[in-house]
Amino acid sequence: MANKKMTIIASKGSLDGAYPPLILATTAAAMDLDVTIFFTFFGLEIIKKENADKLKISPLGNPAMPMPVPIPALVAALPSMEAIATAMMKSKFNKHGVATIGQLLELAKESGVKMIACQMTMDVMGYKQSDFIDGVEFGGAAMWLDVAVDSQVNLFI
Amino acid sequence: MSADIKVDQVLDAKGMSCPLPILKTKKAVEALSKDQVLKVETTDAGSKNDMASWAKRTGNEILKVEEGAGTFTFYIKKTA
Repeated sequence: MANKKMTIIASKGSLDGAYPPLILATTAAAMDLDVTIFFTFFGLEIIKKENADKLKISPLGNPAMPMPVPIPALVAALPSMEAIATAMMKSKFNKHGVATIGQLLELAKESGVKMIACQMTMDVMGYKQSDFIDGVEFGGAAMWLDVAVDSQVNLFI
Repeated sequence: MSADIKVDQVLDAKGMSCPLPILKTKKAVEALSKDQVLKVETTDAGSKNDMASWAKRTGNEILKVEEGAGTFTFYIKKTA
């Protein structure tokens, strides 16, 4: 019997935006699904060379983010706040035994997750194919749709 | 105790959060031969349901689950 399939469109490049696609992709692969992730717009940041562990989280525009003390939006906009929030979240993830984005990306590659980078977004942002980690393929909407039509699970994140 | 179950391999996934216990279990089960048993220890409270879903989907059999103080022990037979 052919494996079931899942595709994910990863469109976010923040630390919190990168976790869900990679957690779902690696888990799906462990459950014998064939997985394809289409990285587009800011999601491209996840698969740029040596960038996975540099992604950041911002308290700005993110009122649900737990902070040690309530932070007004104007304070959250200060230059160092993003770095502080990112360090805080990473330390929490680490304390709870959560894999880093870089580790999940490595596990995804190991388990055969197919990764496609959106060529259109790359052109718009001035990225070259050599800016991306090995194993990434390049294509557009048609390439994703071709797989998505035959998949049981398709997610936009 | 599960003296009745012969364990072939042990995986310590204590302190790991989702999805690592599942990913490590998948790898460990793949390394076994058919009908061998993997014992997995976790502390992730979500792993009880996750492991059941994983086993159902991959066609492996959970022989037994033991719950301790904040720990879960799974005995998984490679049947797929």
